[in-house]
Amino acid sequence: MVDNSNKYLLQVHELKVTYFPANGDPVRALDGVSLDICSGEVVGILGESGCGKSTLASALLKMLPPQAKCEDGSILFRGRDLLSLPERDLRAIRGQEISLIPQDPALALNPVMTAGSQVSEVLRSHLPLNTQQRRQGVLDLLREVGFNEPQEIYSTYPHQLSGGQRQRIAIAQAVACRPALLIADEATSELDVSLQAEIVTLLSQIRRQHGTAILAISHDPVFFAGFADRMAVMYAGRIVEVASTDVIFGRPLHPYTQALVRIATSSVVTGAAKSARLPVIDGETPNPTSLPVGCRFEPRCCERMDVCSRRYPPEFMPAPLANVNCFKYGEHVD
Amino acid sequence: MIYVGQRLLRAILLLAGVSALCFLFTEMAPGSFFDEMRLNPQISPETISALRAHYGLDQPLAVRYGRWMKSALHADFGYSIAYNMPVAPLLWKRTQNTLLLTTTALLLTWFISVPLGVWTANWREGLLDKTVTLASSFVISVPELVIAVAVLAVAVRWRLAPIGGMTSTDFDGLSEWTKLQDLTRHLALPVLILAVCESAVIVRHIRASMVEALDAPYVHAARGFGIRRARLLFRHALSAAANPAISLLGFSLAGLLSGSLLVEVVCGWPGLGPLILEATLSRDLYLVIGGIMFSALFMVGGNLVADVMLLAFDPRIRREGTNAD
Ligand SMILES: Nc1ncnc2c1ncn2[C@@H]1O[C@H](COP(=O)(O)OP(=O)(O)OP(=O)(O)O)[C@@H](O)[C@H]1O
Ligand code: SF4
Ligand SMILES: [Mg+2]
Repeated sequence: MVDNSNKYLLQVHELKVTYFPANGDPVRALDGVSLDICSGEVVGILGESGCGKSTLASALLKMLPPQAKCEDGSILFRGRDLLSLPERDLRAIRGQEISLIPQDPALALNPVMTAGSQVSEVLRSHLPLNTQQRRQGVLDLLREVGFNEPQEIYSTYPHQLSGGQRQRIAIAQAVACRPALLIADEATSELDVSLQAEIVTLLSQIRRQHGTAILAISHDPVFFAGFADRMAVMYAGRIVEVASTDVIFGRPLHPYTQALVRIATSSVVTGAAKSARLPVIDGETPNPTSLPVGCRFEPRCCERMDVCSRRYPPEFMPAPLANVNCFKYGEHVD
Repeated sequence: MIYVGQRLLRAILLLAGVSALCFLFTEMAPGSFFDEMRLNPQISPETISALRAHYGLDQPLAVRYGRWMKSALHADFGYSIAYNMPVAPLLWKRTQNTLLLTTTALLLTWFISVPLGVWTANWREGLLDKTVTLASSFVISVPELVIAVAVLAVAVRWRLAPIGGMTSTDFDGLSEWTKLQDLTRHLALPVLILAVCESAVIVRHIRASMVEALDAPYVHAARGFGIRRARLLFRHALSAAANPAISLLGFSLAGLLSGSLLVEVVCGWPGLGPLILEATLSRDLYLVIGGIMFSALFMVGGNLVADVMLLAFDPRIRREGTNAD
């Protein structure tokens, strides 16, 4: 075996996160998620609402709400286990080595601070710059994320900016200290289609220029086309398929992925109801408070077999660099 | 500017309303300054009605109000029957004392409340938070008078500070520095009583708006960029919480002014409070109205200051202002 720990920037292993709401049953939001990301790679996380994407993003920065508990697993970033680091070291990593672009740009900017000073705040908390250098740094960043008049943007307040502009400010904050990994949680889902494309172009450009690895999260497969190198498909707190983006769009393996991609691409062709947030697949995601023992997609799967409801499908590798948890690809005789 | 203009107009209307209500209530209140004279057999009814005519009290309400309005516009506010002099200079001296008391109490209140509010919002459910919550519920539920008397009792028992008046009897002979010390010691108790009662309310509001700001997605996002906790608290959350806090400033000034009237009476502080009480007891009509109007004036003035500060602080309100231009 080759030791791969240097090749990977981030290695998530068997991560389990449970929410303990004040009233109600515990919710297992992540149930053994494993994922590796190499330096400079764009990995997409695809899944329906509630499958645990945002939980994964927060867990990677150890920023889960107090009622959530990381019960098992490890998150190795450059060989260090983030889950066992003290808060002081985590603070130094956040924003400097791993950055999170928040989901809703309208809410993620402070209404009483200027756009420029909010970018400046990130620089100031990690780099020893004087006021002059910081200001210059912010202006450069604003230009980099596509503002032609950075001076003016510097002193505007969030309410004076459009949704797309706010998202660019958030991106400027995220990349200010040149992190090695950028997590973009639904970075474009609040924007209209043409703005979405612009933001994706911007992210690709950042990745090209600075070799930044990106973990991009979306419920919409189309978001990843031409952007992600690999994609991980999540269903009910588990990753069910990891493959290159070409494979996901060309010959998806898991019945769930197949359904997602079919719906997404057909609606592109017909142009119909593209704005619908959730892909429509018959049936509902399982109740996260009482998950089935077997394959979680089994109740909705039209290719289910006897074995599927009895135990959770292990990982199979039917093609190179394509992993899938589905009995279709092995052991179907039980 | 339109924003400030609107606020100013509203303030003026409010003051006019308060004065009209004052007149109405004093008219409805039983008794008059001359009641005692009437009982005196040596003063003839003719003398009394002559006096009434002299002070214009025989006129109908509307006429009196009109006259008073006119004199108020000249900063005059009518004539005190008991002191036999115009009301304004009488009030002015007392007002200075009241303002000294309330602004000192205001400063102390905010000096206590802001750090305590920030701290308790940051360490929610901590020991200090629980203590503050308990203590403030207690102070809020107990009448101000009881707290004042309790503080005074403690002060008397342990001779902590002088009670009554603004200065000691030998004040005039003291040097500047000891004069200041003397004044401070006399201020201590009424200021303490006012600040304790007001802080109990203000600290809760500041805690609540800090909690809201700290839980806001933008502070969460800032935390995700590795910004230090102290910086999050004092730069990011506090500036967002400043808006409700500044509105509160006007509100707290109102609370302090009304509180001070009572505390002044209890502590013997020569402010508007004892004057208004005395004037009410002796039915010294214009002095009562003038005293109330002065209090109202400062309340409204305090709110105006808060409005202007809000304008300076919050870019969203600033924009509304410029849009209206
Ligand atoms: N604070 C919370 N308390 C209790 N349960 C929660 C909490 N946050 C999330 N969950 C549950 O955890 C599961 C995963 O939520 P998460 O927000 O990670 O999903 P998501 O994939 O990001 O969804 P979306 O696409 O809607 O953003 C959901 O079932 C949700 O109900
Ligand atoms: S394991 Fe069975 S039920 Fe699950 S997706 Fe594969 S075929 Fe369908
Ligand atoms: Mg989410």
